[in-house]
Amino acid sequence: MLNPELKLNPKLFSEDCEQEPIRKGFGQGLLKAGEEDKNVVALCADLTESTQMHLFKEKFPERFVEIGVAEQNLVTVASGMAAMGKIPFCSSYAMFSPGRNWEQIRTTIAYNDRKVIVVGSHAGISVGPDGGTHQALEDIGLMRMIPNMDVVSPCDAIEAKKVTLQLTKSKRPAYLRLAREKTPVITTEETPFNLEKAQMFWIPDVGIASVGIIVTGGLTYNALLAAKELESEGIKTKVLNLTTIKPLDKEAILSLAKETKCIVTVEEHQTAGGMGSAVSEFLAQNFPIPMEFVGVKDLFGQSGTPNQLIKHYGMDKNAIKDAVKNVLKRKV
Amino acid sequence: MLTQEKTLELEMKANDIRESIITMLVEAGSGHTAGPLGMSDIFAYFYFHGLKHDPKNITWDERDRLVLSNGHICPVLYAAMAHSGYFPVEELRTLRKFGSRLQGHPHREFMPWLENSSGPLGSGISQASGMALADRIDGKDKIRFIYCFTGDGELNEGNNWEAIMFAGKNKLRNLITIVDRNNIQIDGTTEDVMPLELLRDKWESFNWHVIEISGHDFSAIDQAVNEAQAVEEKPTVIIAHTIPGKGVKEFERDYKWHGKPPSKEEADMALKELRTLGGKIKSEHQ
Repeated sequence: MLNPELKLNPKLFSEDCEQEPIRKGFGQGLLKAGEEDKNVVALCADLTESTQMHLFKEKFPERFVEIGVAEQNLVTVASGMAAMGKIPFCSSYAMFSPGRNWEQIRTTIAYNDRKVIVVGSHAGISVGPDGGTHQALEDIGLMRMIPNMDVVSPCDAIEAKKVTLQLTKSKRPAYLRLAREKTPVITTEETPFNLEKAQMFWIPDVGIASVGIIVTGGLTYNALLAAKELESEGIKTKVLNLTTIKPLDKEAILSLAKETKCIVTVEEHQTAGGMGSAVSEFLAQNFPIPMEFVGVKDLFGQSGTPNQLIKHYGMDKNAIKDAVKNVLKRKV
Repeated sequence: MLTQEKTLELEMKANDIRESIITMLVEAGSGHTAGPLGMSDIFAYFYFHGLKHDPKNITWDERDRLVLSNGHICPVLYAAMAHSGYFPVEELRTLRKFGSRLQGHPHREFMPWLENSSGPLGSGISQASGMALADRIDGKDKIRFIYCFTGDGELNEGNNWEAIMFAGKNKLRNLITIVDRNNIQIDGTTEDVMPLELLRDKWESFNWHVIEISGHDFSAIDQAVNEAQAVEEKPTVIIAHTIPGKGVKEFERDYKWHGKPPSKEEADMALKELRTLGGKIKSEHQ
């Protein structure tokens, strides 16, 4: 069942469940952050509305910076503004930032220790019809490898708003990963949120879970759907929403691993280098147990609807259920 | 205008900086020689006259900001900083050694009073533009200037031209860039590797005010900086023509000295030349 302590959306599994793009919550959060702190500035590379910065731009035109289609300049100008005390959010599509400007992010933001929030919108395969060139499936890996760089991937629009406000106050540079498509709103305004803590969204009705599912970003709904069906099939699971991929909430992961003794990770990203890799690096050293990885398996994407692509590349509800059953067979 | 006395002082400081560069590089056993020597006069001018800074108060808010884009010429930055009182001159000998604050390319974590870390080329003008824009938003663009020093070879990098467009668009009058136009890069002369000319026209067409000077003429450097500070509505670039390896005849104008240090023997020769310069510098002024 949905964890009652977290006040998640009661309509989640019904037909009339609200759907919002995760990026929309970022836009609302950025506007609020701008109202709360006059040092917040927003920079965009010719994608102001689609990255949802237009709300901020309309309210604070003097604090909005249009960079044009120049992602290397986007993050380096942001670094310079941070040097003078600003709190820059700079957005583009994830494929271009951090896809194109990775070295500038590494040197002028992380190595230079300038607090900039790099916002990669339209991440993942669910960008859909635009095709493989626009489907960032490597960005979590690229960013989590950089020292002094946090990586955050909210599960829905409401959480994205909370993430944005908390990132404004955090000390380190960060990468904020957003998705384009509408996805079900899982959390509510009342759901507590702490950037440093992963949350158990799904728990068994009674008894102990036999499989732990760790999920990040827009696939969280699919993971919950899978957990719900598995429960009715007699397989008890827990679903941990890992919003912050770096730094890892090691306590939550270890506690889940010790309870279930096997883990499935779910992410809209290459299985190499992403969230699942981060979890397995940690568990291999601290509590090695069987794991299965749901994600893209060393392939580029293609055009299609989000649902077609999520199914084709093995990240839908059924793929998650299969992974759970596979890992159960390997459980010692 | 610089007094004759000030000009002589700057010449002496530039010579001290050059001696330190040679000493540092031979001790380190690796690093770049030509660029630092070529930029010694400009660094001497800024650290001993042009730059608003206080080595004893490194967090002074009103200080000018100096962004070094081509981090590989950091021996000249370190030498200028040491000679102007940021840290002991003896520490220069630790360049590129384990645990040293003088990293092979500048790193703020090791030396917090640097305005930026750099090494990978082409990102200095962007960062300086961000600083200049932030100052305009805060109404601080009248109290200090943002300077960016870049190499000429690094203008091959596309990131620069993104920034040059951006600064021109935003009319960042508080941004002053100095290009070290020494015409060399690692693989050869700039015009062989990837021609930059007509360099002046390129900057002008991006809506910058352009001044061209000799980078070894203190009076010209001073006049150019004064002019740049007076320009409204545009950022300014000072294209400073410099001689790579300047000060040591055997190193001058040869691209092979871009990326290597002198041997012990070459350093002894260079230091002798700098200390006497055919009797020109020290014997004239001391």
